[in-house]
Amino acid sequence: MSATPERTHQNVMLNMETLMRQLIVFFCITLACALPAVAHGKVRAFACEPEWAALLEELGGNQVKVYQATSPKQDPHRVEARPSLIARMRVADLIVCSGSDLEIGWLPVLLQSAGNRDVQPGQPGYFMASDYVRRLEVPDRVDRSMGDVHPSGNPHVHLDPRNLAIIATALSKRLAEIDRENAEFYQTRNVTFQERWSASIERWEREAIDLKGLRLVTYHRDAIYLVNWLGMELTTTIEPKPGIPPSTRHLSKLLSELKAEPADAIVRMAFNDPKAPTWLSERTGIPVVELPYTVGGTKQAKDLFGLFDDTIDRLKVAAGRS
Amino acid sequence: MSRIYLAIAIALSMSFSVAAWAQDQSEEIDELRQRVQELEERLDQQSTTPESATTTAEPGLPTTADQPATTSGAPAPTSNKFNPAISLILNAKYRYFKLDPNTYTVGGFVPPGGHGHGGEEEGGHGGGFGPGDRGFSLDETELAFSANVDPYWFGFVQAGILDGEVDIEEAYIQNSGYVPGLLVKAGRFFSGMGYINEQHPHAWDFVDAPLVQLAMNGINYGDDGVQLRYVAPTPLFLEFGLEAGRGANFPGSERNKNGPNAWVGFVHLGGDVGFSNSYQIGASYRDTTAEEREFDDEDSLGNEIENHFVDLKSKTYGIDFVWKWAPNGDPSVRNFKFQAEYYRRTEDGQLEYDLDMAGAGPLEGPYKSEQDGWYAQGVWQFMPRWRVGVRYDLLDSGTLEYGPITDGTISREDLQQLREHKPERATIMVDFSSSEYTRFRLQYSEDKARFDETDQQLIFQYVVSLGAHGAHKF
Repeated sequence: MSATPERTHQNVMLNMETLMRQLIVFFCITLACALPAVAHGKVRAFACEPEWAALLEELGGNQVKVYQATSPKQDPHRVEARPSLIARMRVADLIVCSGSDLEIGWLPVLLQSAGNRDVQPGQPGYFMASDYVRRLEVPDRVDRSMGDVHPSGNPHVHLDPRNLAIIATALSKRLAEIDRENAEFYQTRNVTFQERWSASIERWEREAIDLKGLRLVTYHRDAIYLVNWLGMELTTTIEPKPGIPPSTRHLSKLLSELKAEPADAIVRMAFNDPKAPTWLSERTGIPVVELPYTVGGTKQAKDLFGLFDDTIDRLKVAAGRS
Repeated sequence: MSRIYLAIAIALSMSFSVAAWAQDQSEEIDELRQRVQELEERLDQQSTTPESATTTAEPGLPTTADQPATTSGAPAPTSNKFNPAISLILNAKYRYFKLDPNTYTVGGFVPPGGHGHGGEEEGGHGGGFGPGDRGFSLDETELAFSANVDPYWFGFVQAGILDGEVDIEEAYIQNSGYVPGLLVKAGRFFSGMGYINEQHPHAWDFVDAPLVQLAMNGINYGDDGVQLRYVAPTPLFLEFGLEAGRGANFPGSERNKNGPNAWVGFVHLGGDVGFSNSYQIGASYRDTTAEEREFDDEDSLGNEIENHFVDLKSKTYGIDFVWKWAPNGDPSVRNFKFQAEYYRRTEDGQLEYDLDMAGAGPLEGPYKSEQDGWYAQGVWQFMPRWRVGVRYDLLDSGTLEYGPITDGTISREDLQQLREHKPERATIMVDFSSSEYTRFRLQYSEDKARFDETDQQLIFQYVVSLGAHGAHKF
């Protein structure tokens, strides 16, 4: 019995030693893992919409770790400021969004709650894509009786690939500003991207020559840049005013309008509720064409190139049918 | 010890491999540098007129990449063109009450009353518990201004205006991220405790606050003081908050003291489950002291008992839970929201009481209570614009040690306010939003907050928002 206290003491000493040893091992392994992480120093980018995630991947390659905040099945106007988004914004070096108030319902909350000074407006980490291109449909006056209009113009700028070219250069410069060490890397990637992109634009414009004058009905005015680029026509929208869902009365009014003056296709973006477009199509015989809207919106729209390949393919099919 | 050497060896070898990798990289970079130069030269030759490569028959759509295109003056980045952003919430109700709202009470609980952000809003009926007036009435118009003060501070003020009274509900400045992840708020603000407490009434999913919120926090528990929040750099949302404040509001009271009288601590954890579900769990604690809190009770014969809490420590513990579902994260057509909160409050201290019938002047005695309550609610948007909701409230007046009882003058059953009771309420509502700025709501409640009678309440309400309406939190 008399030996017990000593043994306990020894045990404690032994335990302390084991603990210390384990701590050192733990520390060394952590260090080993942390070192390469410092050497890589990837830029952490928060992309509000899939198109900007795709562009960041084109321009940033393996130097940028992209978090895509929304899925192509989400209407970018209506996104919840979810806790997971705050957590991601907290650690972001750069946020890339459409801007022009597209994300007004959720981005300000994230910016306020995340406690990240690097991505606040005016900082290099705050990049609003639509700031760099000429916006269409800038209203002369803003009144809510007109629905949910954006005072600085239509924010869905990515559906004109010429806009994307300009935004890509600006974003590439921004990446270089944030991550100076890899400035040349970003520049090279942008040059490569621009080459491929301008070749693709030429090809798309050739392929889409027959789409000129195509009369489209869309759910929201989110195809205006596409329509403008390819010389198509946006006759009317399913929603009566921006952001106001259609009532049955509005739909029947639309039906008689379309019967009197038919369109060539009814566009349904990947996140639109299929009900109203299908209802109209069944009663007018006008085909519904499902467009990806953004990268990932359809199976074929795997990247930015696929987005326009598929959009044009689908429009051509619809145009051939009517 | 060999394990240590091994670990060091691994560490070193990994660092070396990084160095080797870096060397490979630098060669690659040199190569790339050359290619860039070549390409740049080619591009320069191609586009002597800028953008000729990209512009086509459509004249002048895209412009330059160096400068943001200024379409209409300087763009205001986060809100609208107003600076400061101004927002106005209009709010009116029609109420039908089966029972006289002047007799309203949440039985078994000390009314919040006093000088709070709560209590006052509903016109002071029912000793701070009041459900409002019968018939048509205009409720507080909420006016809010917000803007960045400078590159470091953001300012916000919200005032409630009604019939010649202006009530500053919140007025604070906030710094976001001067220390990464840290948010500092100072001024008057709604506490971050719980879930619904930080929401202004217009953001609620029902016309009125949950009973437990009313009984424990007096509609919205706010304070004048300082709040620190720290958002941890973790993949899951993890936030810690600490508040130190004046503590003049219920359940605390004015104290004429230099140091803070109320402390609040809270933690929130949140994340996603798949694309369609997201959740937030929270726990909170509040510690405050009441020295000036007063309330009057009666015995079964109608004799008044005046109570004055001299030194009462009030501790509140809460947990809150929110779950939101929307198919693929898109709530525009259908979505569901579940929220529930539980609060427990313990109060312990000294009381001065004056019994009408005794006529002996104020006596001193103990006051000690432990009370709790919870609510759970679900709101279902089944088609665009239309939502239905159901809510259940339950409180327990719990245990009571009370001067007049301990000295044997009165039994708990004879007390008109603090006798035992389990207030209960069931509510259903349906609301319609003609746009995201408008809400019309019809709500019906079976309210057993009073001791013996069940009130039936039918309320019709509209809430609309004008101007730059800020985005709502999760």
